[in-house]
Amino acid sequence: MALLQIAEPGESAAPHEHRLAVGIDLGTTNSLVATVRSGLAVVLRDELGRPLLPSVVRYLPDGSCQVGYEAQARQALDPRNAIASVKRFMGRGIADIANHESMPYVFQDGPGMLRMHTVAGLKSPVEVSADILRVLRLRAEAALGGALVGAVITVPAYFDEAQRQATKDAAQLAGLPVLRLLNEPTAAAIAYGLDNAAEGVYAVYDLGGGTFDISILRLSRGIFEVLATGGDSALGGDDFDHRIFCWIIEAADLKPLSVEDASMLLARAREAKEYLTVHGAAPISGRLSSGEIVDLTLTTEIFAEISQTLVAKTMQPVKKALRDAGLSVGEVKGVVMVGGATRMSQVQRAVGEFFRQDPLNNLDPDKVVAIGAATQANLLAGNRAAGDDWLLLDVIPLSLGLETMGGLVEKIIPRNSTIPTARAQEFTTFRDGQTALAIHVVQGERELVSDCRSLARFELRGIPPMVAGAARIRVSFQVDADGLLAVTAREQTSGVEASIVVKPSYGLSDDEIAGMLKDSITHVRDDAQQRALKESQVDAQRLLEAVRAALAADAELLAADELARVHNAIARLEAAALADNRRQIMLAMDDLEADTKDFAARRMDKSIRRAFAGRNINELDSDAAATTTGEHA
Amino acid sequence: MRPPGGALVESPTTVAWQTRRAPLLNSMDFNTDHFTLFELPVRFRLDAALLDRRYLEMQSRVHPDRFASAGESERRLSLQWATRVNEAYQTLKKPLSRARYLLHLAAQDVGSENNVLMPADFLVEQMEWREAVAEARAAGEHHELEHLHHRLQGDIDERYGELAVLLDDRRDLEQAADRVRRLMFIEKLLVELDDAMIACEEQ
Repeated sequence: MALLQIAEPGESAAPHEHRLAVGIDLGTTNSLVATVRSGLAVVLRDELGRPLLPSVVRYLPDGSCQVGYEAQARQALDPRNAIASVKRFMGRGIADIANHESMPYVFQDGPGMLRMHTVAGLKSPVEVSADILRVLRLRAEAALGGALVGAVITVPAYFDEAQRQATKDAAQLAGLPVLRLLNEPTAAAIAYGLDNAAEGVYAVYDLGGGTFDISILRLSRGIFEVLATGGDSALGGDDFDHRIFCWIIEAADLKPLSVEDASMLLARAREAKEYLTVHGAAPISGRLSSGEIVDLTLTTEIFAEISQTLVAKTMQPVKKALRDAGLSVGEVKGVVMVGGATRMSQVQRAVGEFFRQDPLNNLDPDKVVAIGAATQANLLAGNRAAGDDWLLLDVIPLSLGLETMGGLVEKIIPRNSTIPTARAQEFTTFRDGQTALAIHVVQGERELVSDCRSLARFELRGIPPMVAGAARIRVSFQVDADGLLAVTAREQTSGVEASIVVKPSYGLSDDEIAGMLKDSITHVRDDAQQRALKESQVDAQRLLEAVRAALAADAELLAADELARVHNAIARLEAAALADNRRQIMLAMDDLEADTKDFAARRMDKSIRRAFAGRNINELDSDAAATTTGEHA
Repeated sequence: MRPPGGALVESPTTVAWQTRRAPLLNSMDFNTDHFTLFELPVRFRLDAALLDRRYLEMQSRVHPDRFASAGESERRLSLQWATRVNEAYQTLKKPLSRARYLLHLAAQDVGSENNVLMPADFLVEQMEWREAVAEARAAGEHHELEHLHHRLQGDIDERYGELAVLLDDRRDLEQAADRVRRLMFIEKLLVELDDAMIACEEQ
């Protein structure tokens, strides 16, 4: 149809101006940008024709950064500064991150969200994501020839408010107006449904690099109705890589690895996983910095076995989502597979067995989310065309509630409610003459406030003094079609009112974002980074002193070669402590601690022997006596 | 419960809502009851498929995404309408909330779960059910839980059948309110049973 639209020179083919909007799949492993051109959603490619942008950002000493393939290629050589899978850190503290100790980054916990030390200074996950988004924005602007009115950015359905807000902050930092955040499985369903004119109930099983989502949708005459969503925001293809990585260490019986070796083996693990999607066995080989050679073969059977618990872990949210939707397995007409990690054969098999049907794989799992997002962006930008008549009815993924007496949660809007939605509930005062009420808005499924995410706090003041329980305070929650929550509290007899539009307190404040923008220009070295460095230098000195004192007292416990090794480690830590690299200091401390472990054990033995010397066995406690009587009798 | 009936005449409706694409938000009456909103008879027995269809038609007219580039006041009105349509749909979709809503329309007080006196024999029966669920859960007997679930679902279906007669045929609101109160207990029990089954599976 588009071919028939012939315009006179100087005249626009469109009846009204086409507003430039894009859909962005900001993925854990790869990111994409797509747009609707002449009624067709297409993925925009880079200057070399590549559709994917690896979600890797490498920071350089001059404060600039490389994004994508270039950064990915340097990942093994510069693991600390080449940040990959940053999506896993969005809106998260260190405690939230599984396996963070085996990651090459130097983390620092910040208010609400962790930060990473790089040669270009301290970086928050928001900044790293913004660097990815900026590249995609520029790619789109170059391809479309103008500024964008906005973007629909996809997020895992199971992202909570903190993670969503962090994503919005990243877009703002990258100069991208956000039309909406769209759930990834929903985006996939839109792309799939419009492409296949599908009708009925579909499940979208979306296993990405770092997140797992399940959504159940009903497709009916152009309406996409999300019935339920569920998932795990910390489970994805990366975890399968990690399982293989652990298997390599065990199978090859490797000693603790350097950061570079670990990074190299993790890359081999990922390659093996990808190789196994089309082959029955994958060779894994590599040479460690020590010269040691790793040479193993991973079969699909072993891989299925070591990753079995991960696959099983995805099935719990599937069951829960079906239950929330009030459906049985038999009522699901098709299962759409999304995300590169669904290429693994054991995942395909498990999903097929559960739903008792072959999963649908006819769309490119890498592109389907971006295509769906572009379609929604086109609609929200106001480019609706005739025959383009479809609509999305989405839900909120997690329950919203209020804190009540005793730190308990009163759910106001249950998870999987279709938005927009509003609910109100009446509360009352707890004490006589109480004139203010603190309102604490939380998100989550648990009973205790401490187990849920805190979203916002505000106060209703000016309640006329009454006896406890007499005031009638109506608290209303309104969630709009963008998923934005507004809370209003109103005392019914006096009419006093207070309200808040919820922006999570642990996202980044506008000031912080402004600050980051400034920092990114001036590359100001961060105070916190300096403090962390100072702290590690102090720790290093403390360790050195302890070891020196021990050597002065008990050096005779060590053989000559052992003593030389300890002296060597001491010299390395002394050198590291003088330089300004916290990671090097920490590594040198680890080495010294490892090299003095046996020494410490022998000193312990010696001091115990000294303590026991000259004492009769009867003076020892009865347990010890009981086990040793035989020898002494 | 009656199965969803009625011949579905698909194409005319599809055309109908697609051509009604310029909704007159201002001309719609915000104060109708939920049934009238969906052009359905005010009664308990319900054509579920028809409700679904009317709901989707309605949302496709009023949803905020249809007004993405409209003016501020129209967008606000659209938000209010879409919220209202969702609320009405959720209320009518589930039989218990639909029955409570009917009694509310008829100004028949149902009372809340916490302050009604239930007959002793009903309460004893409920306690027995709960004990059976707790025992099966503690013993990890998934099969027994499934069996209980099946029995309870049968009991619930029967009770809704009785409720339909009371509400739609006999118009006995007081008796209906009593049945609704019982069902409030039983539906809660069903949720507990579901939770127990999930907990059992996760072990």
